[in-house]
Amino acid sequence: MSSTSAARRTGLPVALILVPACLIAASAWFLPSLARFSAGFVSYNTVVVLLGATLLGANAGLIGTFTVLRGRALLGDVLAHASLPGFPLALLLLGRRSFSGMLVSAFIMGLVGVLLLTLLRRYTRTKDDAALGIIRSVLFGLGIVLISVVQSWVVEGGKAGLESQIFGKTAGMLAEDVRLIGLVSLVSLATITLLFKEFQLASFDAGFARVQGWPALVLDNLQMGLVAVTTVVALPAVGAVLATALLIIPGATLRFWTERLRTLLLGSAVLGALIGAVGSAASANFSLLPAGPIIVLVGVAMFVVSMLFAPRRGLIARRIAQEGFRRARRRRRLLATLFELDEIDGGENDWHPAERIASRHAWTPRELFQVVTEAELEDLIRRRDHDEAGQLCRLTAAGTEYAATIVRGFRLRDALLDEHPDQAVLVAAWEPRDFDENLPPELLATLEARLQSRGTLPPASGPTIPPGRNHGEERP
Amino acid sequence: VNPADLLGSDLSLAFWPIVIGAIVNSACALLGCFLVLRRMSLLGDAISHAVLPGLVIAFFFAGRNAFGWLFLGAMASGVLTTFLVESLRKWGNVPEDSAMGIVFTAMFSIGVLLLSNWARDVHLDVSCVIYGDMDIATSILTRGYGFVYPRVFPRMAAALIGVVVFLFVFRKELKLAAFDPALATAMGFSAALLHYLMMGMTAVVSVSAFEAIGSVLAVAMLIVPPATAQLLTDRLRTMLVLSALVACLSSLFGYLLARHFAANSAGMMAVAAGLQYSAAVLFAPRYGLIAKSWRSLALSTRIAGEDVLARLYRKEEASRRPAVETPVEVPIITRKWIDRLARGRLLHNGEVHLAADGALALTDRGRKTAESLVRSHRLWEAYLVQNFQLPLDHLHEPAERIEHFIGPELQQQLAESLPKTAVDPHGREIPGTAPDQK
Repeated sequence: MSSTSAARRTGLPVALILVPACLIAASAWFLPSLARFSAGFVSYNTVVVLLGATLLGANAGLIGTFTVLRGRALLGDVLAHASLPGFPLALLLLGRRSFSGMLVSAFIMGLVGVLLLTLLRRYTRTKDDAALGIIRSVLFGLGIVLISVVQSWVVEGGKAGLESQIFGKTAGMLAEDVRLIGLVSLVSLATITLLFKEFQLASFDAGFARVQGWPALVLDNLQMGLVAVTTVVALPAVGAVLATALLIIPGATLRFWTERLRTLLLGSAVLGALIGAVGSAASANFSLLPAGPIIVLVGVAMFVVSMLFAPRRGLIARRIAQEGFRRARRRRRLLATLFELDEIDGGENDWHPAERIASRHAWTPRELFQVVTEAELEDLIRRRDHDEAGQLCRLTAAGTEYAATIVRGFRLRDALLDEHPDQAVLVAAWEPRDFDENLPPELLATLEARLQSRGTLPPASGPTIPPGRNHGEERP
Repeated sequence: VNPADLLGSDLSLAFWPIVIGAIVNSACALLGCFLVLRRMSLLGDAISHAVLPGLVIAFFFAGRNAFGWLFLGAMASGVLTTFLVESLRKWGNVPEDSAMGIVFTAMFSIGVLLLSNWARDVHLDVSCVIYGDMDIATSILTRGYGFVYPRVFPRMAAALIGVVVFLFVFRKELKLAAFDPALATAMGFSAALLHYLMMGMTAVVSVSAFEAIGSVLAVAMLIVPPATAQLLTDRLRTMLVLSALVACLSSLFGYLLARHFAANSAGMMAVAAGLQYSAAVLFAPRYGLIAKSWRSLALSTRIAGEDVLARLYRKEEASRRPAVETPVEVPIITRKWIDRLARGRLLHNGEVHLAADGALALTDRGRKTAESLVRSHRLWEAYLVQNFQLPLDHLHEPAERIEHFIGPELQQQLAESLPKTAVDPHGREIPGTAPDQK
């Protein structure tokens, strides 16, 4: 592949991501001020909260996708808890309330937490899960201690604002907060756009990225840093627990819909924005409900719906695919068995009792009825009732031809595995016809000759395979 | 009688918080050992958040004091959480950490919603669930069996006893499942049933803990003391005891420190546990960082010293007269200070002595050690040729590595397994016999 086409390929996401990024940033900057004029329809506050929650959701969805893909979904949770001491610490160090100072020190505390985590993993016997738990709970405990100390020492303006770092006060979001969230979104969008290729490789094959000589550690830390920034910005708005959810849910949800990273990222950002918007709108309409939990539950609802109904990876779709696979498999067995029974009887298409075929394969009466009906509808077999033997089945001409292909595939495989049992895994997913196409010609010829000499080689028929729903693998 | 009054007036206020803290903490810590061993700490973490809705519902319908219902509600939410995480993982193909994140945040959100709607009817408050309030929890005293005790005492004691009984009854199964889940399943213990029981118990413990220490500390106590104990021992029984001990100490020091700084006691207990963990990370006898680096320092010094001895020995062997080595003569392959340390140790042990110009020469004692080393080296080379047919130029390096780890016993075994031990594959003489055979 030439390098120009590769460049064109990466050009696409840059455009796709940068354009909305600029729009978002612009709206984050101006809309709070614009909202002042639209106060007649909705309250100014509602617009600010809506915008903030939407942006936050989009950003968390975008960044969180990487953590979900890399099996670090709980990193956000750890960061959210570990950064708690940063808020009171800033107050103690600066001696006054400063929003930006608190965020910076919380960010630093979060990074310290991640650093400690890495050190514990590297140098101690403590396993990953316990290390996460330790960092998270001990630093959170430290945060609580510092907050209680600050509350008792700093009389003026100490308490208000600190409580909300834990549960979040979405409804109390200010235009200043929204601008900050917009800025962070812009930074993370720019980083992801510029380093898309690197992040992509690191997400799916970190080992390969390292071997290729890429600064895996730097990329890793950059990703963690983005998560930390997002978490810290999200804390005052939605609180620790709910920030975690915003990071995980969009990525985990979109994973059911797509297998392409680009789509996954864009989709997660959109979904995150949607969750934020719907959740805060819902809580604005029902003033009794706090926004944070509602946002999470809206997200969880979307997750559950996706898990059930997503087209290929959803639960129901996979169940249907499995059922189709089983049916195709049963139909082949039916045809192959009829073909072999005919062979035993001397090659003439003959009537055989359906019960006998069912008992060979341990089919339930329902399964038998299903497979026979389907095969009859597709004109592969005929069926008639008999007084003593129950139902009888016979292959049609088309059925015989198809059955010959199937039986031929089975026998070629058996002959192959007699010779090369170590290839069982390779051929496991081959369909009957694949044996003619995939085997090396000289090997195919040998196998055919062997079967021919025993007189057990059905003729290779033309490609007139009836339209089956799913083709799958089976055992004779 | 209030046992607290038996102490001095100053301590009597601290008595119940510390006792209650110790009880709750050790209940968490004992159970947590198995969570940590089975690498399921985070599930415990998730459950301690996820019990919130069960808690609120139980409070709403049964009231604060019906702790039987409370435990049942907790057990149900614990089992439900575990079940949901398992189903997401199994049926939805969701990675386990994402599944946990989604389930516990959802459960917690439901809990917060229920709480904010029923807050007026239920005397329960989110911040109490998160932080707990030891002083409030232990300030409401009640009377029974001739004693005065905090109202929460029976509930917490019941939780501790429940945990101990659970661990005792299932000790075999838990032990097996903790160290070899596959074997446990193969032997016919239902690993899944045990898993659910375990998670149910975790939920019960975190619910019993929430009032006094809050869910955060419950998580800390589920994970930190067991992890600390794990750094200190390799035996399960010792680990359980140590873990409970760390938990009790956290309660003691946490509460006293918190009182001193007028800070939140639950948070301080978590910090106290964290400090004990850090101490264990540094000072644990076997797995501590200091012990580990000491051991590796000792090993590198020994190897560096032995290399000096072997070099001198070979020099003598080649020139057939006493040889000296100045430090500048050979490129130092290890770090400089380790090399210097090694030379110092050799001098101290009397294995070398200082010749002219700061050069080192072997003493008789050093010669004996060096002879044994070179013997190990050459025996190993011979062994490699005999058993692995390695070419001659592949022999030196592995032998150079392993010579430091071949004791007299292994030397003898090597010598016995070789047909002739006079010369090595390079044609050099294999010196002497092992020191203990002389």
